[in-house]
Amino acid sequence: MKLRDIAHSRAGDKGDICNISVIAYRAEDYALLCDSVTAARVRAHFDGIVKGEVVRYELPLIAALNFVLKNALGGGVTRSLRLDAHGKSLSSRLLDLDIEDVCSR
Amino acid sequence: MRTIRIGAGAGYSGDRIEPAVELAEKGELDYLVFECLAERTIALAQQARITDPAAGFDPLLAARMQAVLPICRANNIRIITNMGAANPVSAAEATRSIARELGLSGLKIAAVTGDDVLHQAKAADLALDVGGTISALDNRVLSANAYIGARSIADALAAGADVVITGRAADPALFLGCLVYAFGWAMDDWDLLGKGTVAGHLLECAGQVTGGYFADPGVKNVADLARLGFPIGEVREDGDLVVTKVPGSGGCVTPATVKEQLLYEIHDPAQYLQPDVIADFSQVQVDGLGPDRVRVSGGRGKPKSGWLKTSIGYVDGYVGEGQISYAGPGAVARGRLALEIVRERLAMTGVQTTELRFDLVGVDALHGEALVQAGEPYEVRVRVVGRTATLAEAVKIGNEVETLYTNGPAGGGGAWKSAREVLAVASSLVPESAARLDITVLEA
Repeated sequence: MKLRDIAHSRAGDKGDICNISVIAYRAEDYALLCDSVTAARVRAHFDGIVKGEVVRYELPLIAALNFVLKNALGGGVTRSLRLDAHGKSLSSRLLDLDIEDVCSR
Repeated sequence: MRTIRIGAGAGYSGDRIEPAVELAEKGELDYLVFECLAERTIALAQQARITDPAAGFDPLLAARMQAVLPICRANNIRIITNMGAANPVSAAEATRSIARELGLSGLKIAAVTGDDVLHQAKAADLALDVGGTISALDNRVLSANAYIGARSIADALAAGADVVITGRAADPALFLGCLVYAFGWAMDDWDLLGKGTVAGHLLECAGQVTGGYFADPGVKNVADLARLGFPIGEVREDGDLVVTKVPGSGGCVTPATVKEQLLYEIHDPAQYLQPDVIADFSQVQVDGLGPDRVRVSGGRGKPKSGWLKTSIGYVDGYVGEGQISYAGPGAVARGRLALEIVRERLAMTGVQTTELRFDLVGVDALHGEALVQAGEPYEVRVRVVGRTATLAEAVKIGNEVETLYTNGPAGGGGAWKSAREVLAVASSLVPESAARLDITVLEA
């Protein structure tokens, strides 16, 4: 299944840094999120777009993760040549991540 | 326990106006806040002020004030906004004129100034996050504005202002200022300031917490986005809040919409740096209370750093761009041929660029080629964009795309071009003493 089946997401920008939240619809899926959506996987998923490191923050009380992606916006919102200079659409790309189905583990 | 109701009437400079009117009429508000200043907006405003000393505030200020001032007067609602941008005093004067035209005599309008720290930034030759110092930008620097805090907003309210107009205040501080004034919170009660920052952060983007920027049909459905209601924060004296909206308005307030906005543009959730406090969102809890009512609790705070984030606006060259579309069988191949032709032409004719992009919109423009799916799209749009040192060079990029009409692949249509100056923003920090805050009160 895809991450989109168990979580929702929103991307935001500050300078050349993008943050993307990943929020489980059901609190019981939070552990699966933590296991499946690691900083290393997210970094690999955005290879070619994100040039810097990816840091993950955990928010168990709201069953959410927050990813901070550095050097991610083509030099920053105000000067990037990208069509989506804010990186707003990157949340949709993250939701396309494959997740191992909990039943098949 | 005392509770106040704060409405968010705008989440950015160009936002819809009717939801603010709806809030003023039906929201039973104590305060109505308009957040209208993105990172770059103030640099653009400063550029406008250089041309005209009376300009440099939000272009929609008059429309917004005309729409809400009479209702807010009648319903005893005070207005707080950063629509002053690069010129809060002129914004206050314009608001006073509107108040007089509307017959709202005695209305008090306060302008908060001191966020403009350009002199101090130049004198200190600030280091920039993009590398180098401010002196290296030389005469390309347009503006330096520090993100100021809640204190002077609270002071302006204490001075009796019905309308408070700031320049570059931190977005959550517009809301925190109301709370500090209304509840008499101490400016060193870090947990309360942290909770107030949670409230301000949730409300500052207006419709983004009431179902805007959330819908994903079939997965996350949101009703009536054309009539999206903007949020109301019912904030208690102890800092916890309920997020809600006007009954019958479009959109929805759910734990999911609130969580998305809680983390929007946040880095380390335990350290959200604000001028008045380092807010800690890591222990926040979000609970649905019923339809369109969500309780948020557990915000905390740590002592402020004593430094203010500062945005430096500067001219960063020019960007030229051209686009043209292809459709039907072979659209992708014709689009790729078009890109190759423009690439060769720009090289042949010696157009001077420091950065170039060649996108096929519909295929790889947003996220590159890595995730391109099998199966050909029916239509594609060629997009060529480049950075140049001069406007004349930037113009040539769009022109080369346009010439594809008669010189390029078959069936190209809808060509479009632009060339524009780039105003970029860099960040730095100044000590809070660099912002010499002042309040000017005008009366209609």
